[in-house]
Amino acid sequence: MSTAQTAAPPPAASRTTVSPLEIFLTFLIIGATSFGGGVVAYLRDALVGKKKWFDDVEFLEMTSISNTLPGLNATNMAILAGDRLAGWPGATGALIGMCLPAFIFMTAAGMVYSESHARPLASAALRGVAAAAVGLIAATWFKIGKKSLHGFYDAFFVMAAILGINYFKWGVPITLLAVGAVAIFTYRPHTVPETSAQKDEDWINSLH
Amino acid sequence: MDQLPALARVFAYLSLLTIGGGMAAFPEMKVLIVDVHRWLTADSLTHVYATGQMSPGPNMMMVAEVGQLVAGPLGALVCALAFFVPTGILTFLVGRLWKRLEHWPWRDSIQKGLGPVAIGLAVAGLITFGRTAVTGWLTLVVGILTFVAVVRTKINPVFFILGGAVIGFIALR
Repeated sequence: MSTAQTAAPPPAASRTTVSPLEIFLTFLIIGATSFGGGVVAYLRDALVGKKKWFDDVEFLEMTSISNTLPGLNATNMAILAGDRLAGWPGATGALIGMCLPAFIFMTAAGMVYSESHARPLASAALRGVAAAAVGLIAATWFKIGKKSLHGFYDAFFVMAAILGINYFKWGVPITLLAVGAVAIFTYRPHTVPETSAQKDEDWINSLH
Repeated sequence: MDQLPALARVFAYLSLLTIGGGMAAFPEMKVLIVDVHRWLTADSLTHVYATGQMSPGPNMMMVAEVGQLVAGPLGALVCALAFFVPTGILTFLVGRLWKRLEHWPWRDSIQKGLGPVAIGLAVAGLITFGRTAVTGWLTLVVGILTFVAVVRTKINPVFFILGGAVIGFIALR
């Protein structure tokens, strides 16, 4: 967080335009080298560190948009960053670059896995990988939870979602809609009456 | 070939459930792929998901392997497009609206509310995944050691994933 305060002000106006090809190549490299999950850390190194296309404030804003929307962080971030740098061609280039290496890897893995003579050995190795993946994913969410969960209500909504899926068997869509709606309502905006001047100003701002 | 429309439908639908990450959609994915369409067995789906953890880039590109196993390379492409393009367009549009929503008081409410729900859904998905992945004492030990190592050290987790592969190759045949 301290880096966010020391970072330079957003260079939005003075930002030099980046070509969609350069965006594609940058995300292709990230997409091919970001092993072990945690793509966001790789993105920060490349986009804020090496390329200096964004400062920490703008990067943080993009991650919070990514987290709120459906879709994966890696691809949501690629789209948001690509769009800010070069509009929809940038977003498209970033998305394709981010996805292409994984697509080739996973399609090839499918070809190997469907070879019947390779399957017993592959399955044995993958049993070990799946076990390690449980630990890795648990650790990832443990770290996120430790950082972002505060107070009784947060803990309650985490438990409600877990019980909705694994105990009550509501299914993901119902659980998401039901628990999500209650959670959003719980954190609803404080009903402080706005002055009419404030409303006008907001309305004018919304037109820009 | 005749499975392509069903693959597209299933993965476009699943992509809308990936709030906070792919794990949130896993329980629904298991129901649709294993029980409803019978494209893969529960064990195969676990193996394919595990393979995704070894991939660079977005781990959920495992959807392409499902497509490849069901309908070949074209299936892989259909699954990848169905899974990444619709949510991608949504992200693109909301990304552009975001600044204008700055004064919309519910924006913060949605962010604060969905945070814990996303974590709960991910843990629920992990429990579902763990039921088929943790099958005995050895897999349990591998899982716990990986958890401790990833929480306590800064070593790239891909090495623990590869370590799991070696242990599996030797001891889980």
